Amino acid sequence: MQNGHGVSKHTIAVLVENKFGVLSRVAGLFSARGYNIESLSVGETLDATVSRMTLVVRGDEFVLEQVVKQLHKLIDVIKVTDLTRENHVERELVLMRVNAEVQHRTEILRTADIFRAKVVDVTPTTFTLEVTGDESKLNAIIELLKPMGIQELVRTGKVAIARGSKSARRRSEEPLGKSADAQRRRRDVESSQDPRVTGFVD
Amino acid sequence: MKMSGARIVLESLKREGVDVMFGLPGGAVLPLYDALYDFPGPLRHVLVRQEAAAGHAAEGYARVTGKVGVCVVTSGPAATNLVTALQDAYMDSMPIVAFTGQVPTHLIGNDAFQEADNVGITRPCTKHNYLVKDTKDITLVIREAFHIAATGRPGPVHIDLPKDVLMKQADFEYPGNLHLRSYNPTYEGHPGQVKKAAKAMMRARRAVLYVGGGVIGADASKELQALAELTRIPVTTTLMGLGAFPSDHALSLGMLGMHGGYAPNMAVYNADCLIAVGARFDDRVTGKVDQFAPQAEIIHIDVDPSSISKNIKVHVPIVGDARRVLAQLVEAVRQEGVGQTPSLVREAREQWLRQLGQWQQKHPFRYDWDDELIKPQYVVEEISNLTKGEAIIVTGVGQHQMWAAQHYRFRHPRHWLTSGGLGTMGYGLPAAIGAQVGRPDRLVVLVDGDGSFVMSSQEMATIVENQLPVKVVVINNGGHGMVRQWQDIIYGGRFHSIDLSASPDFVKLAEAYGAVGIRASKPNEVVPALEKAFAIPGPVLVDVMVDRDEFCFPMVPAGGANKDMLLERPNKDVKAKAAKSQTGF
Repeated sequence: MQNGHGVSKHTIAVLVENKFGVLSRVAGLFSARGYNIESLSVGETLDATVSRMTLVVRGDEFVLEQVVKQLHKLIDVIKVTDLTRENHVERELVLMRVNAEVQHRTEILRTADIFRAKVVDVTPTTFTLEVTGDESKLNAIIELLKPMGIQELVRTGKVAIARGSKSARRRSEEPLGKSADAQRRRRDVESSQDPRVTGFVD
Repeated sequence: MKMSGARIVLESLKREGVDVMFGLPGGAVLPLYDALYDFPGPLRHVLVRQEAAAGHAAEGYARVTGKVGVCVVTSGPAATNLVTALQDAYMDSMPIVAFTGQVPTHLIGNDAFQEADNVGITRPCTKHNYLVKDTKDITLVIREAFHIAATGRPGPVHIDLPKDVLMKQADFEYPGNLHLRSYNPTYEGHPGQVKKAAKAMMRARRAVLYVGGGVIGADASKELQALAELTRIPVTTTLMGLGAFPSDHALSLGMLGMHGGYAPNMAVYNADCLIAVGARFDDRVTGKVDQFAPQAEIIHIDVDPSSISKNIKVHVPIVGDARRVLAQLVEAVRQEGVGQTPSLVREAREQWLRQLGQWQQKHPFRYDWDDELIKPQYVVEEISNLTKGEAIIVTGVGQHQMWAAQHYRFRHPRHWLTSGGLGTMGYGLPAAIGAQVGRPDRLVVLVDGDGSFVMSSQEMATIVENQLPVKVVVINNGGHGMVRQWQDIIYGGRFHSIDLSASPDFVKLAEAYGAVGIRASKPNEVVPALEKAFAIPGPVLVDVMVDRDEFCFPMVPAGGANKDMLLERPNKDVKAKAAKSQTGF
């Protein structure tokens, strides 16, 4: 039922049991169904038995619906959220080693400064920079530094989190689980009326 | 109490109510067989002759009993042999738990003898799988596995057991209540959606119930019949759904799809409301997707949310257990008031039923009689007559499977076993073993093809060893009939690799295994041969030499629209068109 129209990029957060083999279950699902993952990052949550994956997937609404449903179908998946549908913050981190010949050193440092990048290693001929930001910011600094010569570059893949008070609540009092979702949604609606809860922009 | 991991496995199986398992021993799984040696049952072990058969037998057992089927095989080649059965069970939603042996944990990843990455291989063809790394985890894993296999959309669960895990000692304490935070299937239909569905059904003029294997898995036949009779909506079943609705019922349209009837396919094409229950809009059912129920408001009831709107956009999705949702629907329709249908709608519905009746009469499943050559359809018809629709029918895959589906008059759920989703040739004989073990009181008839049968004919030994009174009817056309049919209709008669005339003499083969063999070569020999077979208390094989040139109709060439089904052997022009429109597979 893929009609090819309305293809867009989605950021999906997946809470999974922190068990061996889970990553390959998720990755296998994508390859078996012919979906593409643009980026994927995994890490533990505050609860050591739960990991959180951030997936970036491209597809139309039918593909996305299937991706979410198929993810849910995996026994080890606890919760799937399409963050693209809600207000959220996305970040990615890049480490890159840039040629730093004498005539370029100040320019690289100035560029780093503009992008609030950190210099994490210096040698007589190179700088290693650490930059975080959303995709467009990272692409921009990479484009600017390319002319000096980027020797090596590594990106973490996107991580994302919903804005507002949701995550804090979930951590403190909510039981995890697919059945708890409805209850949680109700509470979210209530909390959005709370005047103390405001989103922030950095 | 401390005991070995192997003993813990057996004790756990006992707690899960398992009384029979199908298996084949080998190096890595030997501790389990050692524990079986003096295990105070009741736990019967049926020794099969090839590992895939253990899986198919577990499927057969699960289908007829409604319980979880269990199979045990060893590591490496045994586990890879089992993979076909796991995928088969996955596609047809059969609840089985499969155990495989594994090399000791310290050798895993070492390319040890008979090692394979079992869980890596079975991951995409099971509902869930486990590699047990610690003896003390065995009980919880087995508890979870049975729960996952049997609940929600049922399916196969695989447990990989390294040899040292089976040998080490641990305390045995079986877990009671199970809570899986990441697995909570929805059973109750959403009341708002149910109401919406009921309303849609009430205002429909040309409604059809399209029913799949999910109704059988959920034991929802009674509720289905209640709904159909209350609303007077006719029922068509998929291949997997045969038996969910009695075929002699006035509202029964029979099977739809690629080799389905004219009436059900036309009914779906012309319907203004399609109620899919426990069916998944498989390509063999829908044909060309945009020509499937193009005018209908589609209601889809399924326990698996990912089945909904996967192939076809659904207007009213209801996630839930077929039995409960159908019961809810009956209630909702009652509340809407059946009697209050406007007379115009009522008239239109009567007209619809009349139209369907006409289609059924005009184009029933049919074949031409021949005095000299046995028509395969006739064989199935006579099996149906002689068993009065009460037998458990098992099939392989191919033309004979479709003829059995078309011409047997099914009356009960859980009496029809066939490999629908995966289309596994060789499924028949082992599945019949499982069925007969599960229902020793019932007549089990395997309708197999000569191509399918030889893919697992070694299991004749299992049947004879256990004196399982399975009646094997080989529809012997001396070739791969379905492939031949496709090569004729779609590939311009360029026949290749379809001739099986070098097959063994099946009567002698049966006798070599210690079973009774009977042959029928003329139409007038069919009934006496079947009667004789059904009268013998032990295993019998009937080799029926049928017309080699018979094709299976109706047929929708793959990728074509169901409304354009071929009802008879096509002429040149139609063949050319079929070959051209060959966009499916």
